[in-house]
Amino acid sequence: MHEWALAEAVISTVSQIAGKERLKEVTEVRIKVGELQQVELDILKFALSQLETPKFRNAKFNIETVSAELKCRVCGYKWIFGKEGLNKDVAEAIHFVPEIAHAYVKCPECGSPDFEILQGRGIWLESVKGVK
Amino acid sequence: MPDPRIGLIDRRMKGINNIIAVSSGKGGVGKSLIASTIALTLAREGHRVGLFDLDFTSPSTHVILGAKDLQPEERKGIIPPQVQGFKYMSIVYYSGDYASPLRGADISNALIELLAITRWNNLDFLIIDMPPGISDATLDIVRLIKRVKFLIVTTPSQLAFETVRKLINLLNELKIPIIGVIENMKMKESSFVSQQVEGRGIAFLGETPFDNELEEAIGNVNKLLETGFGKKLAEIVANNMKT
Repeated sequence: MHEWALAEAVISTVSQIAGKERLKEVTEVRIKVGELQQVELDILKFALSQLETPKFRNAKFNIETVSAELKCRVCGYKWIFGKEGLNKDVAEAIHFVPEIAHAYVKCPECGSPDFEILQGRGIWLESVKGVK
Repeated sequence: MPDPRIGLIDRRMKGINNIIAVSSGKGGVGKSLIASTIALTLAREGHRVGLFDLDFTSPSTHVILGAKDLQPEERKGIIPPQVQGFKYMSIVYYSGDYASPLRGADISNALIELLAITRWNNLDFLIIDMPPGISDATLDIVRLIKRVKFLIVTTPSQLAFETVRKLINLLNELKIPIIGVIENMKMKESSFVSQQVEGRGIAFLGETPFDNELEEAIGNVNKLLETGFGKKLAEIVANNMKT
């Protein structure tokens, strides 16, 4: 599952941050997940719990989803991405590589594939808290 | 906060002994054919090989290899399928027959995503088919893959070498190792490219001929390896690529 790779990325990066900031223990990790990538939160949470090291023993993972807002570069129209209307294969392709949306998604107003992803692309870290 | 995917890339590359970016700066010089044929040749010699088509907006190695109806396996990331004896990754698994009109920032993001989630495991060689141009993909590969070495492709044309010269200068400034330069589509005797390359202290690996049979060998790897181009490239590989 792709979620496992994302969880591995989070654990690896938070471990590096904890090392740099000399945290003995990580207590809270705030993660934002963009809806464009259609991450299965249950799988992500399970993967995080399986991959965590002793430093994460008491860590709480707060995961917030962010809607994917797209803006057409041609006509300026803004819209929220939804996977409704996309077939399963296309939705899965966007799940693996969100930029592939440019191959399949068009501006609802003018039909252009030239849009920018204003927010809600993938997964990113918002903050890491811990005990020194 | 750092991009969590970046931290994973080193780990994904850890089991790979040699990472070679086949690049030019100039389009249409035969990078994809050379990258694919190098991967095929190394795999037939018994090496563990991966080929990563990084030309996201115009991927073509799947056509050269005759690779159809393939999908990577999902297992804690993605495992590239085996094609012609090596692991093969391309954005075409996801874009299919559709154009993927990506701007620079999108190319960077797609590249980081695929580098972070693709599990190559242990390889002797990972061959990367670079897109033309000296922009996002080149800068990202240099930034993200610390052990990358470049193999540069040019044609005998001064027009191609004009860009190749700039690529060599950039890589030298960045202290990125260059394995050497291959002169492709050679039609007549000329020492212009070899002199220019060696004059810059870079190895001239050899020349591959302009081959009229090549177009008919697209999609048929056995035929491709039997062309004059394929045989000459096999010599260059044997002389210059050791594990």
